[in-house]
Amino acid sequence: MIAREAARGVQAGRGRAETQTLTSVRAGRHLRQLAFDVTGIAVAVVMLFPIYWMVITAFKPGRDILTLEPKWFPAPFTLDNFKDAIARPYFLEDVRNSLVIVGVMLVLALLISFLAAVATARFGFRGRNAFLVMIIGVQMVPLNALIIPLYLMLDGVGQTDALPGVIAVYLAVVLPFMIWTLRGFVANIPAELEESAMIDGCTRVGAFFRITFPLVGPGLVATAIFGFIQAWNEYIIAYVLLSSPGNQTLTVWLASFTTNHGPEWGPLMAAATLTGLPVVAFFLLLQRYLAGGLTAGAVKG
Amino acid sequence: MGVAITTPDLEPAPTRPGPLRTRLLPYGLVTPSVAVIGGILAFPLGMLVWLSLQHYGLRELIAHQGEWVWLDNYRAILVDPLFRQVIFRSLAFTFACVVLTVVLSTLIALLLQRVRRAVRVIVMSALVFVWATPVIVTVDIWQWMFDYEFGVINYLLTQLHVGNFIHHNWFDNPLQGWGVLVVVAVWGAIPFVTITVFAGLLQVPGELLDAAQVDGAGGWQRFRFVTAPMLKPIFLIATCLSTIWDFGIFNQPYVLLNQRPSSDYYTIAIYSYRESFGVSQYGLGATIAVLMVIVLVVVTFLYVRETLKVAEIQ
Repeated sequence: MIAREAARGVQAGRGRAETQTLTSVRAGRHLRQLAFDVTGIAVAVVMLFPIYWMVITAFKPGRDILTLEPKWFPAPFTLDNFKDAIARPYFLEDVRNSLVIVGVMLVLALLISFLAAVATARFGFRGRNAFLVMIIGVQMVPLNALIIPLYLMLDGVGQTDALPGVIAVYLAVVLPFMIWTLRGFVANIPAELEESAMIDGCTRVGAFFRITFPLVGPGLVATAIFGFIQAWNEYIIAYVLLSSPGNQTLTVWLASFTTNHGPEWGPLMAAATLTGLPVVAFFLLLQRYLAGGLTAGAVKG
Repeated sequence: MGVAITTPDLEPAPTRPGPLRTRLLPYGLVTPSVAVIGGILAFPLGMLVWLSLQHYGLRELIAHQGEWVWLDNYRAILVDPLFRQVIFRSLAFTFACVVLTVVLSTLIALLLQRVRRAVRVIVMSALVFVWATPVIVTVDIWQWMFDYEFGVINYLLTQLHVGNFIHHNWFDNPLQGWGVLVVVAVWGAIPFVTITVFAGLLQVPGELLDAAQVDGAGGWQRFRFVTAPMLKPIFLIATCLSTIWDFGIFNQPYVLLNQRPSSDYYTIAIYSYRESFGVSQYGLGATIAVLMVIVLVVVTFLYVRETLKVAEIQ
């Protein structure tokens, strides 16, 4: 009897103790989760702050920009900076140039890198490893080091101050990375899929375009975004190669906001916002296709 | 994009004996890329070396004919004390940036695994936003934030009682100026490396970590002995690419210093650019660029060897 009572007591006590530790563990976990979440938000705030600052500066009237005590919101709100920026000479020409350069470059780059990706992912051939080593090696060469010979070379064929010259240079710069990336995506698609299509009567090329090509979509998107960002953001090559203002790109146009008296912050921030906008839009537009693709193709290989 | 990490899964696509057309197909497929990369990058690289052996100024540019001087340019540059300073500074800057970038990005990536979903989406979006914003734009923003008169950073630091930063010019003192450059470069590099490392973390099997925990491994030990080794290829590529980018940095100092950086703020790329396009000494500029590539090859040799090893083994 006594023993049974005691056992029950012990059991009850143990049960109570368990619930206690459980709640305290749970509370601890809860706290830790909260700490992680708060740190995460802090990271996001610190990373985003500069961009926030650019956008609100762009919407502030001049007198609110140059204040010793900064205003955290664009309280009187104005579009004057944007109007000012757009009204600067050569804005439209430079937008067009940037779009043409990036557009043409991207189409060519996707096509060429896709072919090479297929060759290296699907075929074993003599020289394949040499090709891959070249792809990695080329990425080691800093573009800045090549400005002089590129300038002299393009000068020799009359392609300085002309868009095709810049397109060709950008193409060569983004290709290695794009090939390397796409290679991983193509390799991830089982060749058996293609082979079974061939058994069903597709030609090799047909099988490829009907089976592999659609599946490699996210990879194409990921590499397209990379190429877009690289080319859209490039400054120094465009600056050196394109001398007349009507032929320049948006990044060079941006640099023109810095005069001898220093930068004009309002219009500059508005112009910077405008320049960044297409990249962010392009990214957001395609991100949906990218969500899985980015991480999957990224690491698996 | 976390993507250079793709270690080629060389399940060696078997060479199938087939008709000649099939055997030639891969060569046809790589020809365009070889032509473009070779024509636009390899040829100028050779030309760069050739140019570095000549006296090539404005007169020679117009005449399209340099004067062959063998190693005179190298001799001139290597005894130039400014060159040594610039190399040393570039290396120190690169080291600081790469270490900070990789450490901070890894911490953020590990954090991303632990936060709740909504927070993860927020942080990821922030990273993507920063990554998508053109470098030249972000440099302008930082220049504005660090403005000595109306910059928000001086205001914040003064308000937070870090010190009196009113009318503090960060670029008066090169050490501080380089500190600012490190902040700008690391901030810009974090998204790429974080997203890459995070993608890698997703591939580490949870069972392995659980097993290590059962065996009594603490958080740090689990990272050190389970996660880190699995992420090695990713760390290699991220470190290697960051080294290349940070060593060749041009836009950040060039724009932050109003396109007229004093020699205190020369990176090796700016130095080469100045010699070439500032004072029209294309030969000397080319020499500096060649030396830059050589230093970079020496510095990144180990990474690349390891990367290739990882790629080849599979």
